[in-house]
Amino acid sequence: MLDQQSELRSGLSHYPPTSSLLEMERMDSRDSKVSDQRSPQGKPKLRVQGFNFFYGLVQSLFKIDLEIPEHQVTAFIGPSGCGKSTLLRCMNRLNDLIEGARHEGNILLDDVDIFNSKVDITDLRKRVGMVFQKSNPFPKSIHENVAYGPRLQGLKNRAVLEDIVEGSLRGAGLWEEVKDRLHKSALGLSGGQQQRLCIARALAVKPDVLLMDEPCSALDPIATGIIEELLFSLKKELTVVIVTHNMQQAARVSDSTAFMYLGQLVEFGLTKQLFTNPSNKQTEDYITGRFG
Amino acid sequence: MKLWVKHFFGSGELFVWGCGAGLSLSLLMIGGLLALILLNGFGYFWPADLLELTLKDGKHVIGQLAGEEVSPKGIPRIRMKVGNRDLYGLDYRWINTDQIIERVKPSDLVMVERREWGNFYGRLGTLHKEDHIVAEGSDAVWRSLPPLLRHAESSETESVYTLRLIDANGKEKSVSLSQVMRVLRPNDLSTLEKLRVYVGNVWTVLTTEPREANTEGGIFPAIFGTVMMVIIMSFVVAPFGVISALYLREYARQGVIVRTVRIAVNNLAGVPSIVFGVFGLGFFVYGVGGTIDALWFSERLPTPTFGTGGILWASLTLALLTVPVVIVATEEGLAAVPREYREGSIGLGATKWETIWQVVLPTALPGILTGLMLAMARAAGEVAPLMLTGVVKLAPAMPIDGTWPFLHLDRKFMHLGFHIYDVGFQSPNVEAAKPMVYVTTLVLILVVVTLNLTGIVLRNRIRRKYAGSTV
Repeated sequence: MLDQQSELRSGLSHYPPTSSLLEMERMDSRDSKVSDQRSPQGKPKLRVQGFNFFYGLVQSLFKIDLEIPEHQVTAFIGPSGCGKSTLLRCMNRLNDLIEGARHEGNILLDDVDIFNSKVDITDLRKRVGMVFQKSNPFPKSIHENVAYGPRLQGLKNRAVLEDIVEGSLRGAGLWEEVKDRLHKSALGLSGGQQQRLCIARALAVKPDVLLMDEPCSALDPIATGIIEELLFSLKKELTVVIVTHNMQQAARVSDSTAFMYLGQLVEFGLTKQLFTNPSNKQTEDYITGRFG
Repeated sequence: MKLWVKHFFGSGELFVWGCGAGLSLSLLMIGGLLALILLNGFGYFWPADLLELTLKDGKHVIGQLAGEEVSPKGIPRIRMKVGNRDLYGLDYRWINTDQIIERVKPSDLVMVERREWGNFYGRLGTLHKEDHIVAEGSDAVWRSLPPLLRHAESSETESVYTLRLIDANGKEKSVSLSQVMRVLRPNDLSTLEKLRVYVGNVWTVLTTEPREANTEGGIFPAIFGTVMMVIIMSFVVAPFGVISALYLREYARQGVIVRTVRIAVNNLAGVPSIVFGVFGLGFFVYGVGGTIDALWFSERLPTPTFGTGGILWASLTLALLTVPVVIVATEEGLAAVPREYREGSIGLGATKWETIWQVVLPTALPGILTGLMLAMARAAGEVAPLMLTGVVKLAPAMPIDGTWPFLHLDRKFMHLGFHIYDVGFQSPNVEAAKPMVYVTTLVLILVVVTLNLTGIVLRNRIRRKYAGSTV
């Protein structure tokens, strides 16, 4: 492990592309040079600057710098324990809940530091929604689940609430399946439906950014396909950051990909480029399945 | 062979059998206890046949068969409930079987239920109105009685009627009709009629007040007192227990202090209940009650209003006794709420309190209700602390009645558990009271079962509301 880490620090040299396992189009030669590590393309929505994160005495993120472009899907890949979920959870300050957690550096959302004491944390979490690895609908009815967020904001008007519920469920592609059972328990839905309900629930508060922490890891291929399709329509409205273990998924759905390893951001670039022509040996080893 | 033995011990089969045996033994003991209570409790209401025995010395005995056994000296004997306490002094009598010449069940034998002195077993003699005879002879009197007894409660005219009863040996006893509750000819009743009497008896016990130092009549005030006390206690213990558990589990910084508090709470459940009784007497009755009296009821002093045992103080004492159960159960319930629920809620912009109120508490509610049910069962069966804080042998008035302010929390009350102790062990006529002990025990068990069933139904409804039925 130490070897890998020291290699990682010195491993900035460029490696020629090897044949990718993924059946993707080859990039045109224009883009094949090493891209800027920090900003692939587009206007940045979230900016992580010199970010360190500690669980107690253990440092789990080291000097992360990256910019997440607006209206795009950005994927975090990397082996288990590399800190991608930690980074994701920092983006709406969910890690504040963990005792002994501490951070250094900034994360800017639309140029405002989310750790600034003037930022209302509940407001931040409304703007930056989250979908978890394990689908977690509340033990309430489907309608209550989706209406939960808007209700917290003080919305009481039934008609407006129903509009939001319908809109969110449509946005998550679930409306047709559940419109006749809105007042039945959400726990009666299938795993894939539950996960889409969680997406609908997150959409109901109209976030700018949607963070997804391995949203498909517990789903079958069909349900996964549905959610992946959903991501394409979602990115028109908002910015999506997705953590995934599934490299094919990252390649399919994301516009940019960040590869993380041992708490460091190893490489960040356009997905096509990163998968076909990684600039880093470790990235290449990981995406070709040589480790991790 | 050796291999077999090795296999037997190695596979843990021995322990499976041991566990099975342990469970069977426990079930057997519980089942036996329940069967004993059920049999004796429900048997009490059955109108048993009246026997008339002729003894060798020429005397007669009338009564109900109450038991058969072989005496310590090896002589078989029977026990008869002969009643007529005013004539014989004792309700029960042992008779050696070899003394009995004849056993018959004449249909004209009557059981007269009286307001005083217990039952009379014998025959009807004459019915007098003031000085002149209205009816004479067993059958004539029997026929003329029902219309008179039907109005026994409403009018006072029957106090002018006197019933002359004759016991087994011809001894006469006059009793005013106002003293007579009911006259039955058990031997003359068909099974269906006996069933009707049985149901009537059950109803009487459940709805009327006790008579004769609690050994006869009903136990309604005790049932009412028990249920009301448990309900008041629940209203106090549920919020306090839940709030304490919420703070301990969700807000307090987990550390040495919280761990100490948790251990202390758990140990509180092991403190002898009489200690809680003493505390309740000192703190609630004398401390709080005395202060209330001094501040608001000083015109009545030295007669205490709240400064004496009452249903409120008893309920509060029991709330103190059962609060650890609720705290522990609630903490378990809160700990069992998946972290995903909390994170999901907080991720949607809910504050911690909103998360707890909207998601965590509803999810933990079944666990909380389980704790509350355990607390209620414990409180319903507790006697010792009540004896110091407000239970009485016979309460003159109920805690709820028609006079303002309708709810009288300062009143003393009756309790089924204490009723068992009082009737079974403090009564001058223990033998006669024994069936009442069984009945009271049975009712207490039924009250606890009913309270628990209510809780279970409620819990299942909540579970069904939230749980994943795929319908």
